[in-house]
Amino acid sequence: MESKKKSLSISGMHCASCVRVIEKSLSKTPGVTYANVNLLNESADVEYDPSAVSEAQLLQAVSNVGYEATMVDEAKKEDEDKKEKEAQLRVLRRKAAFSLIVGGLILLASFPGLESLAPWFLKNFVVQFVLASLVQFGPGLEFYRATLPALRHRTANMDTLIAFGTSAAFAYSMLVTFAPQFIRALGIAPMPYFDVSTLVIGLILLGRFFEAQAKMGTSEAIKKLIGLQAKTARVVEKGKEFDVPIDQVTVGQVVRVRPGEKIPLDGRILEGISGVDESMVTGESFPVDKKPGDQVIGGTINKTGSFIYKVEKVAGQSLLAQIIKLVAEAQASKAPIQRLADVVSSYFVPIVLMLAVATFVLWYNLGPQPSFLFALLSSITVLIIACPCAMGLATPTAVMVGVGTGAKEGILIKNAESLETAHKINTVILDKTGTLTEGKPELTDIMESQKSKVKGPKLLELAASLEKGSEHSLAEPILRAAEKDKVQTFPVKNFLALPGLGIKGEIAGRKVLFGNRQLMDKEKVDFTLWEEKIVKLESEGKTVMLLGGRTQKGAELLGLLAMADVLKDHAKEAIHQLQEMGIEVVMITGDNRRTAESIARQVGIDRVLAEVLPDQKEAEVQRIQKEGRVVAMVGDGINDAPALSAADIGIAMGSGTDIAIEAANITLISKDLRSIPAAITLSQKTMRTIKMNLFWAFGYNAVLIPVAMGALFPFFHVLLSPILASGAMAFSSVSVVSNSLLLKRAKIKYA
Amino acid sequence: MTADKIFVSLGGLFTMGFIAWFFLFKNEEEIRAENSIDITVDGGYSPEAVFVPRGKTTKLNFFRKDSTDCLDEVVLGDFKIRRKLPLNQKVTVEITPQKTGEYDYSCAMNMYHGKIIVRD
Repeated sequence: MESKKKSLSISGMHCASCVRVIEKSLSKTPGVTYANVNLLNESADVEYDPSAVSEAQLLQAVSNVGYEATMVDEAKKEDEDKKEKEAQLRVLRRKAAFSLIVGGLILLASFPGLESLAPWFLKNFVVQFVLASLVQFGPGLEFYRATLPALRHRTANMDTLIAFGTSAAFAYSMLVTFAPQFIRALGIAPMPYFDVSTLVIGLILLGRFFEAQAKMGTSEAIKKLIGLQAKTARVVEKGKEFDVPIDQVTVGQVVRVRPGEKIPLDGRILEGISGVDESMVTGESFPVDKKPGDQVIGGTINKTGSFIYKVEKVAGQSLLAQIIKLVAEAQASKAPIQRLADVVSSYFVPIVLMLAVATFVLWYNLGPQPSFLFALLSSITVLIIACPCAMGLATPTAVMVGVGTGAKEGILIKNAESLETAHKINTVILDKTGTLTEGKPELTDIMESQKSKVKGPKLLELAASLEKGSEHSLAEPILRAAEKDKVQTFPVKNFLALPGLGIKGEIAGRKVLFGNRQLMDKEKVDFTLWEEKIVKLESEGKTVMLLGGRTQKGAELLGLLAMADVLKDHAKEAIHQLQEMGIEVVMITGDNRRTAESIARQVGIDRVLAEVLPDQKEAEVQRIQKEGRVVAMVGDGINDAPALSAADIGIAMGSGTDIAIEAANITLISKDLRSIPAAITLSQKTMRTIKMNLFWAFGYNAVLIPVAMGALFPFFHVLLSPILASGAMAFSSVSVVSNSLLLKRAKIKYA
Repeated sequence: MTADKIFVSLGGLFTMGFIAWFFLFKNEEEIRAENSIDITVDGGYSPEAVFVPRGKTTKLNFFRKDSTDCLDEVVLGDFKIRRKLPLNQKVTVEITPQKTGEYDYSCAMNMYHGKIIVRD
């Protein structure tokens, strides 16, 4: 059953019971599978079967019980999300700025040497206390607000560390301000640290502001993809044209597209020719020429001509919708490399809290006088400098940007695990037909037997008659040639397809065989005299099919037909790129060895797996894996799905159909072979970014926490100030996100 | 060693022990989900661990009450789900686990953790 999700905006609700009433009414409507009403934002989320219930009926269900409802426009919602995020960012920036200004003023009034510049009242501790309280319980409130509920769950987080650290500095300073005699009794000159509590809060918030801003950039790619979707389609019906929202357009409707317009949905051209810019979906930079019968992709831009086309897929099932879904899923998935960071981060904060206590004890016992003050400041520094966020952000941000960058180039990665495995690929197996070649073989030669009575056109007649009923991959060129030459075809009796061999059947009482050498051997047709000719054609990279006949008198070879497939543009270049990357390229094909080797030579492939039957491809992939190689298998994803799943990474190329996307780890929308090295390069670059991030995040904590504890003090008498610590900590998580964002600019194509 | 140093040392050891016990040795709240379960997002996920039957579709209804920025997305990596959690709004996530085991989920920054335990 088809299912659709929509939001309704509802007005007139006042209480929880209204919620129940509306939910009930919606749920009872036939076709609705799920309804959830939210009182706070006056909306309802409904899941329903669009074939059973219309939007109008949904609205009616709400108005039946006395409330008013309207459909929520998704695009508008997206817009609102963005506005909300921007508003949050503004608040964050204001909070950070306020804390930093107040902190700066207090610092000015208490920093040795600078204090003479400060107005007298700022030097008053009570004034400083008032100012610091404004920060501590103004902008700083969010740290407490995150800490308290977490403590109730007996968990701790980033905010816990900041809340504890700044509270300690604040509480001590308060004591200095209002009860300096206690501090004097410890032998310490009563100086408050209000500058520490305020500046730490300010710097951490500033860091969060930059981080949030950078994080918005990580999801840019998917927002762009969503933005590609057209909103309306110009439907042509009975000679009239009108604009229809795309989710109301149905399969089979005819749509007109003018030059410069976006093609709203997937379909096939009926009339008109044009050039279409498909770069946003396929990553191919040149406009593609389209003529009647050609497929067009929704979301792409029509450049030159005007055409009408028939819609073949509804909005939710279009290629673009599938890409968006795939990218969103991949961005949410977890890379295996992340597991370590996960384990560490779950123990991290409690361990830092313990280290802070240990620091206090050590300094108090072993530190110089005033030991209490050293102990307090160092343990605050430990709390502030620890940065679990960088560890948490290291992998997911890089995965999000990496997957997004790929999508922009027509490289769709199924999940983070595939992205991670792909960087280890050292062998690429290419399927010949349709991957390395265009997959559209042409009939090149027809040779007849001198002895046989069956001459030229007759050979084609027999071959075409047999192939008519077959789904053989070489049927098409023969049928095309037959159509072109307008030869007649005959009915075939007892037709039989022999996978990997050929086909046979009876035409006008005579048994006819059409296939390779093995078939002729099996049927005892002698072709020894032909061997030389066959070898010559095969060495030219042509596929030779033999036509044999059998009557009561015996079997004879009637002739042969040879076909050649054109190599794809850039095939040689792409293979060269892979080899430059240190990757072995292997060609796999059902073709005869000599034909296969000739083609392999043309593109520079050394290793050929020839005469492989379709169901043996999987075993061949596994055989190479047993050699200890990490294998990527590239195919169309339809005929070779088992081989694709057997490989470490299955790459489906040039189709973007459901089946291919399902079977493959990586789907390449473009037919250009150069997107294979591009995909592997992307994976390598993403992994490098992840490793850099993790190294940085772990290294940062491993080095700076001991420094904050005072590891350098015995040697150099240096101790980190909590203010510097907060700056370092803010910089650390921002740098991880920014490093991930650099992947956006990574050059992955045609390097 | 003076009295105050002994006092600070013992106090410190006790506090460290308490921190370890408080955060690392806790019994997680575990609740069995029947078709659907409400998970409150407030300083963490409550209940923290949810039992879910294998092979059945279960609805997890997240309700975020905590304005902490970190919690505004929930990531169920093993189920390839990343969802925004607007404040004070129910967000339903559907999962149909095919394999038994424990699946951790977290906020976008991996700071808050919850667990889905799939059983037969």
